[in-house]
Amino acid sequence: MKPRRTRPFLLLLLLFATGLLLGGCGSTPLPFRLTNISGHMPDLDFRLTDDSGKPVTGADYRGKVVLLYFGYTHCPDVCPLTLAQLHVVMQRLGPLADGARILFVSVDPARDTPAIMHAYVNAFDKRAVGLVGDARSVEALSKRYRSAFTREPSSADGTYEVSHSSAIYVFDNHGRARVLATPSASQDDLVHDLHLLLDPGINP
Amino acid sequence: MKPSRLSLLLAGLLLAGGAHAAAADHVRASHAWIRVLPGALPAGAYVTLENDGDQPVALSGADSTVYADVMLHRSSTAGGMSRMSMVDSLEVPAHGKAVLAPAGYHLMLMQPKAPVKAGDTVRLTLKFTDGSTLATDFVARPANALDDTGH
Ligand SMILES: [Cu+2]
Repeated sequence: MKPRRTRPFLLLLLLFATGLLLGGCGSTPLPFRLTNISGHMPDLDFRLTDDSGKPVTGADYRGKVVLLYFGYTHCPDVCPLTLAQLHVVMQRLGPLADGARILFVSVDPARDTPAIMHAYVNAFDKRAVGLVGDARSVEALSKRYRSAFTREPSSADGTYEVSHSSAIYVFDNHGRARVLATPSASQDDLVHDLHLLLDPGINP
Repeated sequence: MKPSRLSLLLAGLLLAGGAHAAAADHVRASHAWIRVLPGALPAGAYVTLENDGDQPVALSGADSTVYADVMLHRSSTAGGMSRMSMVDSLEVPAHGKAVLAPAGYHLMLMQPKAPVKAGDTVRLTLKFTDGSTLATDFVARPANALDDTGH
């Protein structure tokens, strides 16, 4: 009987210790439904230009929950679908969504100017920001998150095809990588996990 | 008797011809819509094709007076990467259907000659591999639409 009684106490102690440990690493463990990447990916960091032409860094988005997605504006199918789905997710979050930003990073620096990016992202959601940069800066950001993209010439008319990482990386308001969503992830799960990160009652 | 026999034969030939009618005659298009993107950016067009014939038919592309170039494309995701590739044709099985929908098959509309805005109707002439065509009206939807119903 006695050992049984002490067990809940030990368990609590263990939980408390784990909480302290993880707390020490900086982020509160949250019951995410999507792939949890807390502690496995570096903090949000980049040097790019936003869609108003202003130079920005990852630090400029501290205080916001960030949804990072790579794509390009000459992408008429998958990129718009993903951004349209993210818009629905933002709508479902209601006023909490004001604490989040969709960062759409162009992997096509040759064609995507801040002006084109501005028109493109705003056609989906007012809380979306288009980011452009030279090939090296974009590559640095992409590599940082083990994401990839390629450009290959397609036809004789000089156009080229782009393939790009389909994942959405979610960062908390301290710029820490928290969850990874694939395009097939359910909207409910994304809303659920963003809610955990955005609700000050859950994640102060 | 002879003339009527001839006319029967002719009628028979016509019927036989009917059985091998153009692919487009057996295809019904529905849920036709275009996702409009800003400026002169390429847009994706989507449609559901139903074939009530006994033979499979194949879509090979489309023509439009509004866009300088239209291509049949397919998006795919493998190994965490998304890509688009050109396809020669898309089969619509006998008594079956083929769906062009986001993240799969689509008609890529390039170089609009005049701005297309949400709410517009754009006529595309769908082309089949036997050379037959089907004029179809596509409704232009906003960039952040998820399907043809406006959700
Ligand atoms: Cu395409």
